[in-house]
Amino acid sequence: MSLIQFYNVTKVYQPHITALDDISVKIDKGEFVFLVGPSGAGKTTFIRLLFREEVPTRGQILIGGRSIARLKRREVPFLRRNIGIVFQDFRLLPEWTVFENVAFALRVIEVSPREIKPRVEKALERVGLSNRARMFPHQLSGGEQQRAAIARAIVNNPRILVADEPTGNLDPATSREIMKLLEEINYQGTTVIMATHAWDIVNSMRKRVIALQQGRLVRDDREGAYGYEA
Amino acid sequence: MVMKLRTAGYFFKQAGISLWRNFWMSLAAVASVAISMFLLGAFLLLVFNVNYIAASLQSNVEIAVFLQVDTPRQAAYQVRDQVMAMPGVTEVTLVPKEVGLKQLSQQFGGEEELLGATGGVNPLPDYLRVRVADPETIHEVARAIASLPGVEKVNYGQEVVDRLFAVVRWLRWLGAGIILVLGLGALFLIIITIRLTVYSRRREINIMKYVGATDWFIRWPFFLEGLFLGLVGSGCAALAIYAGYSLLLTRAGAALVFIPLLNDRVLLLNSVLSLVAGGALVGALGSLLSIRRFLKV
Ligand SMILES: Nc1ncnc2c1ncn2[C@@H]1O[C@H](COP(=O)(O)OP(=O)(O)OP(=O)(O)O)[C@@H](O)[C@H]1O
Ligand SMILES: [Mg+2]
Repeated sequence: MSLIQFYNVTKVYQPHITALDDISVKIDKGEFVFLVGPSGAGKTTFIRLLFREEVPTRGQILIGGRSIARLKRREVPFLRRNIGIVFQDFRLLPEWTVFENVAFALRVIEVSPREIKPRVEKALERVGLSNRARMFPHQLSGGEQQRAAIARAIVNNPRILVADEPTGNLDPATSREIMKLLEEINYQGTTVIMATHAWDIVNSMRKRVIALQQGRLVRDDREGAYGYEA
Repeated sequence: MVMKLRTAGYFFKQAGISLWRNFWMSLAAVASVAISMFLLGAFLLLVFNVNYIAASLQSNVEIAVFLQVDTPRQAAYQVRDQVMAMPGVTEVTLVPKEVGLKQLSQQFGGEEELLGATGGVNPLPDYLRVRVADPETIHEVARAIASLPGVEKVNYGQEVVDRLFAVVRWLRWLGAGIILVLGLGALFLIIITIRLTVYSRRREINIMKYVGATDWFIRWPFFLEGLFLGLVGSGCAALAIYAGYSLLLTRAGAALVFIPLLNDRVLLLNSVLSLVAGGALVGALGSLLSIRRFLKV
């Protein structure tokens, strides 16, 4: 059984913007998937549905066999503990150090204080920021900030990592480093789903590509390329 | 809703930081709660007291039966006996006009002067003082007495009592209205205060939602903040009410002998405690209302 299953998922924003239109797709455990498509295609909507910031207007989404549309409000946090989230704008808290930012993700889900320190250190090590732990976000480069954000997303060892244009604010060289990091995380078993406009990245990585256009699934290639000239 | 002990410290710390950061706003909210709770307390005690006065008046109401001025003394005794025979009547005293005049002059001055003003004739009628067993029956008894021959006029304090009870009812409504308005004001200030905190923490809240913090985990610090504002405000009000009323009882007790103040520690304590509970409620409600919108992610 696939880890993530979309069955005829349609998302209509009020009053009548169809952001996703009858999407059916399956993503297996351990896959690395690019979500591509022009602006407004529905990539961000797809990701929001995954961690249930939005619920589908029609259709079913199963994660690990469970329908997430039917989750009760108080069950949603526990779904999210299995999904790490990375944004284009990092969303680090500026008044806190890198360490505190990462530790925050564990503290608010009530991990015991004794466990927090070693787990944060391990996450920072995985993203190569061990020597930046005591620094504040504004003291870091964009790439380093995104690494810190990734450390926060993976510190709870989620099964799924979703990233919405994680390289959108970064230069090509830094973007490649971030991609290498995501690929490593993927190798260690985490399913990665990444929405992006960066066709060069997509073309160079030869991963599965799901292409959306005006809310429709127009292509799903096992080892795809971006597919249209950006 | 369950707060683990180990995170409790974290919640209290967060709440404390917020209170300190919005010090002036917090102060305004506390003051607002204190003022409305103080007024609520004052009104409660006022209503209790007027109620008490009305009740104690009611229990010793007398009927004053004035006979016609030219009633012969013999006829007056007859009326007295008739009244005495009525069901529910426990005591009848005939006060002859001479005694009445004496009582009047003791209150207002010389008997001769009074008589002089009326040309030497005692202007007072004989009258009867009637007590009934049950204050509830006083209407009927009074009406029955009024229909006896030789009776000029029947007065009884029930009208005063009824009016007092009407005042109590009216006070209750007025009090409820004022307190509702003030309470809403306090609630509003608490909501604004907590909103400020919530707003300054909106990015934290946002991230908490994304990494899977539960709603109650997010709520607790704000809840504590609101509870604190409400408790401190109403605590001040409760103290002021308690001290003020105690002072009134001891100090003014002598000066206000004609008004029997309700001296009931248990009632006072209960009122004061319900003020504190009311303040806590307002605080908790305010914080829950302020955070509601921000939890939707
Ligand atoms: N909250 C919302 N309310 C109404 N319409 C929305 C909302 N969010 C997205 N939309 C609309 O849904 C459509 C898909 O938006 P979405 O953000 O998923 O696109 P996207 O592929 O992520 O675009 P981009 O590449 O620019 O980020 C767009 O037409 C957008 O205007
Ligand atoms: Mg988008």
